[in-house]
Amino acid sequence: MLTNLFDGLAYGMLLFVLACGLSVTLGVMNFINLAHGAFAMAGGYLAVALVNTLGVPFLACLPLVFVATALLGLLLERTLYVHVYARSHLDQVLFSIGLVFMAMAAIDYTRGSRQVFVRIPEWLNARFEVLGASIGAYRLMIVLLCGAIALALQLVLSRTRFGSRLRAAVDDPVVARGLGINVGAVFALTFAVGSGLAGLGGALGAEILGLDPSFPLKYMVYFLIVVTVGGSASITGPFLAAVLLGMADVAGKYYLPDGGGFVIYTLMIVLLLARPNGLFVRGGR
Amino acid sequence: MTPRARAAASLRAASRWRPAEYAFWAAALASWLFLPGQYLLLNEIAIAGLFAVSLDLVLGYGGIVSLGHAAFFGFGAYVAGLLTMAGVAEPLTGLLIAGVATTLLGLATSVLVLRGSDLTRIMVTLSVSLVLLEIANRMTWLTGGADGLQGIAFTPLLGLFEFDMFGRVAYGYSLAVLFVLFALARRLVVSPFGWSVRAASGNPLRTAAIGIPVTRRLVGVYGFAAGLAGVAGALLAQTSQFVSLDVLAFHRSAEVLLMLVIGGTGYLYGGLIGALLFKVVQDRLAELTPQYWQFWIGLLLVLLVLAGRERLFALPRAAWRAVWRRA
Repeated sequence: MLTNLFDGLAYGMLLFVLACGLSVTLGVMNFINLAHGAFAMAGGYLAVALVNTLGVPFLACLPLVFVATALLGLLLERTLYVHVYARSHLDQVLFSIGLVFMAMAAIDYTRGSRQVFVRIPEWLNARFEVLGASIGAYRLMIVLLCGAIALALQLVLSRTRFGSRLRAAVDDPVVARGLGINVGAVFALTFAVGSGLAGLGGALGAEILGLDPSFPLKYMVYFLIVVTVGGSASITGPFLAAVLLGMADVAGKYYLPDGGGFVIYTLMIVLLLARPNGLFVRGGR
Repeated sequence: MTPRARAAASLRAASRWRPAEYAFWAAALASWLFLPGQYLLLNEIAIAGLFAVSLDLVLGYGGIVSLGHAAFFGFGAYVAGLLTMAGVAEPLTGLLIAGVATTLLGLATSVLVLRGSDLTRIMVTLSVSLVLLEIANRMTWLTGGADGLQGIAFTPLLGLFEFDMFGRVAYGYSLAVLFVLFALARRLVVSPFGWSVRAASGNPLRTAAIGIPVTRRLVGVYGFAAGLAGVAGALLAQTSQFVSLDVLAFHRSAEVLLMLVIGGTGYLYGGLIGALLFKVVQDRLAELTPQYWQFWIGLLLVLLVLAGRERLFALPRAAWRAVWRRA
């Protein structure tokens, strides 16, 4: 029971790091980016290349992956995405699905279609007992690391000038622009950080989620759930949504093994029907 | 002429068949008579075309962005396949039952879809298709799970025509079904019902204000379109004599969207033209790079959007409108 809760917590926090970039894309620019998972996959495969082939220590590869995928995100945002923001939702869906297909085929071509693993250090494979729950060191590290990231994001958003600009842009891009905030630049930077975090999540999650070329499609729904259920008004919303989703998914797979992904999809339909604008949305929006 | 008579005359004029349409269907018939070597591909095109026409009703006329249209395609395929197991082996009967069953599924799920924003709709349609996929995957005793439904056998069509291994009867059958249902869909969109659907998706508030029940119109078109998709799926099950989980897969929903977008939305023929182009290109690409044709499909999508779908199709659509107005 406790073990399950803890695994769900780790899984959920991982989902949060993977998906939080998407909540900004959707929130600020009202852009439906189905290709968010492609950045996570890029991060995962980069980690595999760095650790397994080049022998970079696992912990050292994480910041490298973050920076690399952030740069990739910035590049794509400035060259491609920027042309599609003002288009219809249908165009955005088509465009991002196109990117997903390209990313999947490219990875399949260069890396093969088999599932790959990041070689994690021996000491992270340890397990220990706390209050009757068996806790893996790797999952503990994920909880601590993702918790720290969530805390840092919350601090940046609430305490810094950049954070207040971003919040202003999310709440009302037109007025924010009128106040002299460069919404485009704020957004590009956020997109880059979001992609970087997705890449980091992909590197961390390769062990838990499994990494193969179908990754972006497999987890697309999960990211979208986190964002739509959590809303984009704060960090707390997506965070709670991700943790709930992670726990529900682990519990569902454990107690209803025949249900499979069933629990999650049904849960999502019900949630969307009950609260079309997200669970944790402030009033008046 | 009174305004009422003028309106009736303009509606009638808009519904008349144009020479270009006769030419299109004549070419389709000719393909059955003169292209015996291509029956398998042509059959796929006809089925994909019907599927894309169904999506056009939802997207081009109803304005609903769906990422899970394969739910209906796959449901129809499974119904048709399971019917033969239950002893209903006559293809046309199976087709009819599959179509009705899928229409009911469409009507039932329309309640979920017709709420919220584009994003909510995308996610709900997507999850409906994923739930169905999950069900088909888990209920192995019924659907065969990942192995699919094997050993489906049909009695000869109408008791007269046996399905041959070259696909001659199969393609003729698919083409005939496609034509009949296309004519039905075409009749539907030029009827007052069709115009009110267009009004409902164009401006729901004003449409409601002039007394048209917006939700009921959209539910109606969604259910009808679901039925068409179900028949398309049933056709695939019958002509390939095999049903697998693939009929419900996400890539099918994405591909039909791409076909429709290639051909252009909102005039029904877009689905057919898009299916033709898509399948031919896919066939060629699959020969060149068997495994990685998905890359080129993705590239095509990205370029299509970046170049501006609207701008690209403005010219052919204007030409089509010109043909449509004349005569």
